[in-house]
Amino acid sequence: MRRTLAALTMATLGLTAHAADQIRIGFMSTLSGPSAALGLDIRDAFNLVVRNNGGKLGGLPAEVVVVDDQMNPDTGKQLTARLLKKDRVDVVTGIVFSNVMLAIAPSILENQTFLVSANAGPGAFSGEGCNPYFYVASWQNDGYHEAAGQFANTKNLKSVVLLAPNYPAGKDALTGFKRLYKGQVIEEIYTKLGQLDFAAELAQVRAAKPQAVYIFQPGGMGINFIKQWVAAGLDKQMTLIGPGFSADEDVIKAVGEPMVGMFNTSHWAHDLGNAENRRFVADFQKTYGRMPTVYAAQGYDTALLIDAAVRDAKGKIEDKATFGKALASANFKSVRGEFKLNVNHAPIQNYYLRQIWKDPNGRITNKLVGTVLTNHADAYAAACKMKAW
Amino acid sequence: MDPILVLEQSLNGLQFGLMLFLLAAGLTLVFGIMDMINLAHGSLYMIGAYLAAAVAMATGSFWLAVAVAMGGTAVIGVVLEVTLLRHLYQRDHLHQVLATFALILMSNEAVRMIWGPTALALDPPPSLAGPVELLPGLYYPAFRLVIIGVGLLVAVLLYFLVSHTRLGMLVRAGASNREMARAMGVRVSLVFTIVFAIGAALCALAGAMLGPLFAVQVGMGESILILAFVVIVIGGIGSIRGALVGALLVGMVDTVGRTFLPMWLRAVLPPTVASNLGPALASVLIYVLMAGVLFWRPQGLFPARG
Repeated sequence: MRRTLAALTMATLGLTAHAADQIRIGFMSTLSGPSAALGLDIRDAFNLVVRNNGGKLGGLPAEVVVVDDQMNPDTGKQLTARLLKKDRVDVVTGIVFSNVMLAIAPSILENQTFLVSANAGPGAFSGEGCNPYFYVASWQNDGYHEAAGQFANTKNLKSVVLLAPNYPAGKDALTGFKRLYKGQVIEEIYTKLGQLDFAAELAQVRAAKPQAVYIFQPGGMGINFIKQWVAAGLDKQMTLIGPGFSADEDVIKAVGEPMVGMFNTSHWAHDLGNAENRRFVADFQKTYGRMPTVYAAQGYDTALLIDAAVRDAKGKIEDKATFGKALASANFKSVRGEFKLNVNHAPIQNYYLRQIWKDPNGRITNKLVGTVLTNHADAYAAACKMKAW
Repeated sequence: MDPILVLEQSLNGLQFGLMLFLLAAGLTLVFGIMDMINLAHGSLYMIGAYLAAAVAMATGSFWLAVAVAMGGTAVIGVVLEVTLLRHLYQRDHLHQVLATFALILMSNEAVRMIWGPTALALDPPPSLAGPVELLPGLYYPAFRLVIIGVGLLVAVLLYFLVSHTRLGMLVRAGASNREMARAMGVRVSLVFTIVFAIGAALCALAGAMLGPLFAVQVGMGESILILAFVVIVIGGIGSIRGALVGALLVGMVDTVGRTFLPMWLRAVLPPTVASNLGPALASVLIYVLMAGVLFWRPQGLFPARG
């Protein structure tokens, strides 16, 4: 007994004295239900980096504990407790939906565990609520929508109807769109999160007669909406604009031909010309047999960000200040091209315009059209009074 | 208020209601007649939609896909009934819930393994893909009209089947007193298997008909299953007529709640309050309806057993 105790004490001392001997990642994502495709893409791309590095991140053996939040904040909370107390993870990542993020982030941040978002970047953690342990590898929630508002200006669309699910990211989305849009917003329609049938909303849109409709309907909701939009013949009466999420490979595969021509905004495109991206797109396709989505690109970048930070911190991930500083410097080549993290740890980056087309091989996919916003920073960062590490 | 909008929304309510009816009809038969809670009903709906999407992709014919999906799902339903569910009829509801919940998880995973995690495309026949002009200025998706037609047809056929055929009589006899029916020489187990097959085929019909409107994806059954349960609780468990009325009520209330309620609220409240309150109220409205029905008519509107 005494020998065991002594061994344990020595083991604990050993842990604190040197660089960590492994990094434990709590990967919580939406892996089942109608929006599972999003989480699966993030997970697969994240694992791709770990696998390419021979099971390591930044030189440390990486143990990735994958759990499924089922898009349910309560499930997320229970899993968070498990990841923090039982698995004692160093970093939590992978969360797709903002409502899950808002529910679980406080306990993770209070525990002084690093939270690197691979998708949701809610306004609540971008301004006054910014936190030294909170990082966003993807985008601040408003970014895609601000870009869409700006695009509607340049296309001279004078009136719009906005449509989003009634949850935090839905409100962020419409706020974001309105921030740069100069035309008239005829109506804002909030739908239920996970809504199936949009016939009632489509009738409202038809009656309102806008020039364009902007939708934020991630995952399965977007597929349903666009199918019904086309069936109602609205595609011939007005322009449909969406953020990249509503017009990505997962949605295209389910809707097909009718989506050709749709404009959408994003921080990444599969045909961005940088070398990192070309390698990523080819690698992802070869490994998983499908085209990567923005979610996949984000999962890949998240893994690269953690990888770079562990390397720059020389493996001392238990030294919070060193590891935090390394994360904030985001010292890696992203598949989206140049970007950096703002004072609130949200990206400053370009937002692009994509349009769905039929490529010469007859495949329906996105085409990069141009840049809508250059080195765009979010509107919340000014309110963030956090001290740098 | 724009009369065309009102008319269009009434059609939407009708269509949404009939679509729920397709699912609720099978569910209410199984629940009411066999006293079996089958949570995997939604999975049969999903399997039907996937079969339809796969056949449509391979052959290009939507109606062939609907037929194959109905036949295939009915066979799967029969296999399930004979190998597993039959042994659960005598158990209490908790065991049934546990076993059929396991079926949900297994069928989701199986579908994911076969068809992958992303949603599949299922297009309506090209002639029905666009809208038709019903009245001047009233455009309505042709395919939704077909759903209305199919829903009404199924309602009539089911009513005829249950009330006016020998099979329907045996079903009703088996449900009201299983032991007595058996003593009179009815093969109750065979009747139940047939009922389950019909329920499964209706699920597949719903899945295939809704595929062109909704995403054909893993987990599609769970979200709609809850609504189907609301419908049969409102209508009275075991009653086809109840399922039809309940489905139409839920469809109408949900549509009115989502469109006209926010409009009315905006007329009387400041816009910020209305935009917060409207969607919140609309999403609880059908549950308020259910609570109300349960308060005044605890057995539902048309209880199957007196």
